[in-house]
Amino acid sequence: MENEFLTTMTLTFELAAVTTVILLLIGIPLAAFLAFSKTRFKSVAETIVSMPLVLPPSVLGFYLLLAFSPASFIGEFLTSHGVRLAFSFEGLVIGSVLFSLPFMVHPIQSALSQVPRSIFEASYTLGKSKIETMIRVILPSIRHGLISGIVLAFAHTVGEFGVILMIGGNIPDETRVASIAIYDEVESLNYAMAHQYALTLFVVTFAILLIVYTLNKKSLEGLR
Amino acid sequence: MISINVTKTLNTADGVLNAEFSIEIRNGEFLTLFGPSGAGKTTLMRMISGLETPNSGVIVVDGEVWFDKSKKINLPPQKRSIGFVFQDYALFPTMSVRENLLFAAETAEQKQGVDELIVMVELENLANRLPSTLSGGQKQRVALARALVRRPKILLLDEPLSALDPSMRQKLQDELALIHSRLGVTTLLVSHDIAETVKLSDRLASVVSGCIEKLCSPMEFFSPQTLSGKLQLIGEVLKMEEDFPVTVVTLLVGSSVVRTVLSSEEANSLSIGGHAIISTKAFNPIVIPI
Repeated sequence: MENEFLTTMTLTFELAAVTTVILLLIGIPLAAFLAFSKTRFKSVAETIVSMPLVLPPSVLGFYLLLAFSPASFIGEFLTSHGVRLAFSFEGLVIGSVLFSLPFMVHPIQSALSQVPRSIFEASYTLGKSKIETMIRVILPSIRHGLISGIVLAFAHTVGEFGVILMIGGNIPDETRVASIAIYDEVESLNYAMAHQYALTLFVVTFAILLIVYTLNKKSLEGLR
Repeated sequence: MISINVTKTLNTADGVLNAEFSIEIRNGEFLTLFGPSGAGKTTLMRMISGLETPNSGVIVVDGEVWFDKSKKINLPPQKRSIGFVFQDYALFPTMSVRENLLFAAETAEQKQGVDELIVMVELENLANRLPSTLSGGQKQRVALARALVRRPKILLLDEPLSALDPSMRQKLQDELALIHSRLGVTTLLVSHDIAETVKLSDRLASVVSGCIEKLCSPMEFFSPQTLSGKLQLIGEVLKMEEDFPVTVVTLLVGSSVVRTVLSSEEANSLSIGGHAIISTKAFNPIVIPI
C-alpha cells in the first residue's frame, strides 16, 4: 500500500516535471511570436493556445484518445512505428503539454509585451543578434513571467484530471497519477488512502507556490 | 562624410506625411535636428541606425553603403557603426552599470575602454549598481557611455535630456560638449531646446513636416538679424496680460522668467508658446556676478 502511494506520487511529479520542461522550451518561442508578430494568423494562434482554459478537459481527452487509437490515421502511423500513446506515460505527457499550454504561454507573453521596444533596439544597436538579445537581455528581465509560467504549468499538470482519465486510464506506475488515485480510492470507499493523496497534494502545492512567490517578490524588488 | 538621401512615409497624428530627407553631415561635427514633434526627426535618426527602413534612397557613411534601395543593400543595425541613446535610456535592468557597458564591448580593447568611460561620465562609485537604483541623470550617463563603448562612427542622441530637470540638463549638456570635443565622434542630436542646441551644435538642421528646411549655424537660425551692439535673448512666450494701453508679456529665457511691457500693437504679433527675440542696446548692461 505504502509502496503504491510512493509510486503514484513519483509518477505525478515526474509527469509534471517533464511536461513543464517541454512547455518551457516551446512556450518561450510561442509567447514571443504571440507578443510581437503582427500577422492575421496571430488571433487564430492565440485562440488555439487559450482553448484549454475554457474547453472541458474531457473534450480534449476524447479527441486525443481518438487520435491515439490505432483505428485513426495518426494512431495507425504511430503504431506502425511501434509507438503507443493511448494509456501510456508518453501519451499523458502530450495531453498535459496541450492542456497546460496557456498556463505557460500567457505569463511569458504578457511579460514580454511589457518590455519596452527600446530595450530590444538598444541591444541591436550594440551589435547583438535577436537570439543573443533574447537570451542575455530579455529572458533575465522577464524572469518573474518565466517563474509564474513554470509554477502555473507545473501545478496545473499536477492537478489535472479529465484529460488523464480519458487518455491514460488508471494503470499503476504508467498512468495512475495522484488525482486519478484519489477518485479511485473514494470510489472504493477507501477514504484514508484518498485523504493521504489529497493532503499530500495540498501541502506540496502550497509549499511550491509559497516558495516561488516569496523568491519572485525578492527578485522583483531588485529590479525596481 | 555621411550622405543621406532618403524618402519615407510617416504616419503622424496629422495624417500621412511623405518625408524626404537630404543632408550631408561632416565628419566630427555636432549636428542638431531641430523642429516640432511629428516632423520626422526621430524617424531620420532611426533610419540612419537601421532600426527603420526608408522607402527609397541611399545612406552612405565614409564611402560604405549602409542603405541603397536600388541595389537592395540594407545593413542591419548590428552591422552599422552607431551608438544610439534612447529617450527612455533603455538600460538593461538585470545588469549593473559596468555590465551594461561590458555587454556592448566586443574586442579586448573595448573591454579595457569600459573603465575609462565609466570615469569619464563620473560613475566610478556606481559601477556595480543596478540601473533601477540610479537617478535620471545617472541613467542617462550610463546610456551615453554604453553607446560609446564600440567607438561608433556616429553617435545618435534622441532627445536624451528631455526627461531631466533643468540643472541636471545643463550639467549633462556640458558633459556632452566635453565628450564630443574629446572623442570627436560625429554626433546627431534631436532636440526641442533652443539653449541646448545653441550650446552644443556646430550646425542646425531645421526639420519641418518631413524635410530639412534650413541647414545653418544655430545662431544664424535663431537670431538672423546680425545687428551689432545689441544684446539678444531668445525666449518662449508664457503669458500675455492685456492691461490697456500696454500688454505685460511673460517670457521664459533659459531657466529664468522675464516680464516685459509691450504696446498692445507690438504684442499682437506674439502668441503664447511661440518664441521671441528680446533685444536691447548692449553698450551699458549691468552684469553682476552671483
